[in-house]
Amino acid sequence: MSAAAPAAQNSPAPDYLHDGSGIASWLLTRDHKRIAIMFYVLIVTFLFLGGIFALVLRTELLTPERTIIDATTYNRMFTMHGVTMVWLFMIPAIPNIFGNFVLPPMLGAKDLAFPRLNLASLYVYAIGAIVVLAGMVAGGADTGWTFYVPYSAETKTAVAPVVAGIFILGFSSIFTAINFIATVHTLRAEGISWMRMPLFAWGIYATSIIMLLATPVLALVLVLVAIDHLFGFGVFNPAIGGDPVLFQHLFWFYSHPAVYIMVLPAMGVISEVVPTFAHRRPASYTAIAISSLGIAFVGFLSWGHHLFVAGMSELDAGIFGGLSMFVAIFSAIKVFAWTGTLYKGSIAFRTPLLYFFGFLFLFIFGGMTGVAVATQGLDVHWHDTYFIVAHFHFIMVGGTITAFLAAAHYWFPKMFGRMYSERVGLLASAAVFIGFFFTFFPQFLLGNLGMPRRYYAYPAHFQFLNVLSTGGAWLLGSAMLLALGNLVVALKYGKPATANPWHSRSYEWLSASPPITHNFEETPVIRRDPYCYVLSEHESRERSFPPSETAA
Amino acid sequence: MNGHRLAEQFSTFAKQDHAARLGMWGFLGSEVTLFGGLFALYAAYRAMYGHEFVAAVGHNNLAIGTINTLILLTSSFTVALTVWAARAARSKLIAPLLGLTILLGCVFLLLKGIEWSQHFHQGILPGLHYRNREMQEFGAKVFFTLYFIMTGLHAIHVVIGIAVLGWFAVQAGRRLYTPEHHVTLEMATLYWHLVDIVWIFLWPAFYLMRG
Ligand SMILES: [Cu+2]
Repeated sequence: MSAAAPAAQNSPAPDYLHDGSGIASWLLTRDHKRIAIMFYVLIVTFLFLGGIFALVLRTELLTPERTIIDATTYNRMFTMHGVTMVWLFMIPAIPNIFGNFVLPPMLGAKDLAFPRLNLASLYVYAIGAIVVLAGMVAGGADTGWTFYVPYSAETKTAVAPVVAGIFILGFSSIFTAINFIATVHTLRAEGISWMRMPLFAWGIYATSIIMLLATPVLALVLVLVAIDHLFGFGVFNPAIGGDPVLFQHLFWFYSHPAVYIMVLPAMGVISEVVPTFAHRRPASYTAIAISSLGIAFVGFLSWGHHLFVAGMSELDAGIFGGLSMFVAIFSAIKVFAWTGTLYKGSIAFRTPLLYFFGFLFLFIFGGMTGVAVATQGLDVHWHDTYFIVAHFHFIMVGGTITAFLAAAHYWFPKMFGRMYSERVGLLASAAVFIGFFFTFFPQFLLGNLGMPRRYYAYPAHFQFLNVLSTGGAWLLGSAMLLALGNLVVALKYGKPATANPWHSRSYEWLSASPPITHNFEETPVIRRDPYCYVLSEHESRERSFPPSETAA
Repeated sequence: MNGHRLAEQFSTFAKQDHAARLGMWGFLGSEVTLFGGLFALYAAYRAMYGHEFVAAVGHNNLAIGTINTLILLTSSFTVALTVWAARAARSKLIAPLLGLTILLGCVFLLLKGIEWSQHFHQGILPGLHYRNREMQEFGAKVFFTLYFIMTGLHAIHVVIGIAVLGWFAVQAGRRLYTPEHHVTLEMATLYWHLVDIVWIFLWPAFYLMRG
């Protein structure tokens, strides 16, 4: 942790980065902020690992036949890309890094409700990641990240350790979810009612509910796959009368809501970034907050849209398709609320806001194609083609990555007490968007032309679009390096940040940058809402602490 | 860990206890969806193989299943009494009551083991290892695979519950629970109740629904 940040002004207590030194003060800490930083290091490492897998895949697809790797390696590589990105990056990224760091100060709290459980979550994550990595070193699985039976029970590749690792990671999710839920319920400072919670906290809360209730089903289905693979105990094995389609139902009961585990925190980040940089109250606080819960609820009822071609009655398909479209309604409510916030706002055009525009485009485009594939007739045409790959990369990956980077820039001054280079940040943001677009837009076209996903080779007439996609991927990879490099450089060389460089009204900015270990020098008592841009910064600060002591 | 210290992030004991309860209920919620997934599988397969499931349920030992239900219900009662004892300031009773609960849990596991070994002798084994000659149908194989997985997972929960209660019995021996501070004990008993409730659903699924 090289961030040699300046001591906060007028602060006798050391900031959290300097409160104790040495490895043990980090590894045994209970401070949610230090735990968040350790998650940060691990998760970004896996982001790059997954990115390298992706670049190898895209490079292989430069030519119709073999380019750099053979077919089995290719199968393993796309499985490991999916596993790494889904479970080691996207699921934990925003909740465990930014949720962990920001949620307590957003609620005016000193820490999460269960600091030890939080540290346990970190270690469980690390152990799970090591087991997954061991599986990769042992050759990796070649099933795709969905582990469909019967193939996953039969393949000779290292399914068991990969599945075991994901099982362990599930506990990390559950621990974190329990912690966040209890924190939101019990640790809101005096005056922060439910409807005065910052919107990011709502997003994290809704996410936690999904994590808590969906993850056990994933754990279950993975255990069933593993004991089938290892001991032949399969309840899905047709040899004893089992039905593999039931696996798909259980798997997607988790994995469809898992999409919202990725997207809801991202929406939460966006809901903070937009009011801050528009300097304006969200167009509708209630709509944004409640639609998060709506998405969480409907998300549990729409898993069946993954099984349209797996054997399902037309009535069921219609119901699942319809329910899936509800998610689009809730999402659209949010989109209108965000864009409505910008209207007549006094906009500060900073890196996080530029990421929001990227997010908006990818999210709307990905979302609209989502509505299209939720209709059974169209899905039958696009099923298992690159159209689906492009769709979920737009909405899940595009949504998560842009929001992740927006959060990384937005809260960077709070986390490390330094400012990053705005110019490089804006450049990288634009490059990320362009790279992303060129990687995945051609894949929509490829899918519509009928190119199946997961295939190693393809007919020569698909090559042009594939080359375009690969070029986009390399640009995206470089842009990500630039964005994160900019932040890493700023850790050491960035200008010292003030407590509230963006002039936000949200409560976490009431702490110093970086915050002291207990976040606030005095316990906040809030007599305003987190988006009161009609009040001056000074006034809103005065209404955030007990009156007698803020006189100075 | 003891329930007496107020952690620095909480302003009152009431809030701290509230958080502990919420956390535990959240965890129990996740356990419910875990077993819920298995019961959903059971329901789906029962719809698929109705007659064969009925025959297989008939094959299971109703006496052992029912005695085990009574044992777990009794153990839920004894474990609930520990919370009463803590509230009534009779903390001397806590450790013996926990001991009794643990004993009942062990008897449950013993009976379960006897039942399983009977199955093994009849060639009733999970998945591809199934060897029984009287019930050859797909439905029976799926039924008993589910039976082993579900009662096995439940038994793992019983073992964990016994370990947890054992740890609390040691703590209770040191008189750590008072009428005001016993929320951790209460959480442990909640876990035991969960183990009991899951069995209340396993009992009809594997012993009672014979027609
Ligand atoms: Cu889905």
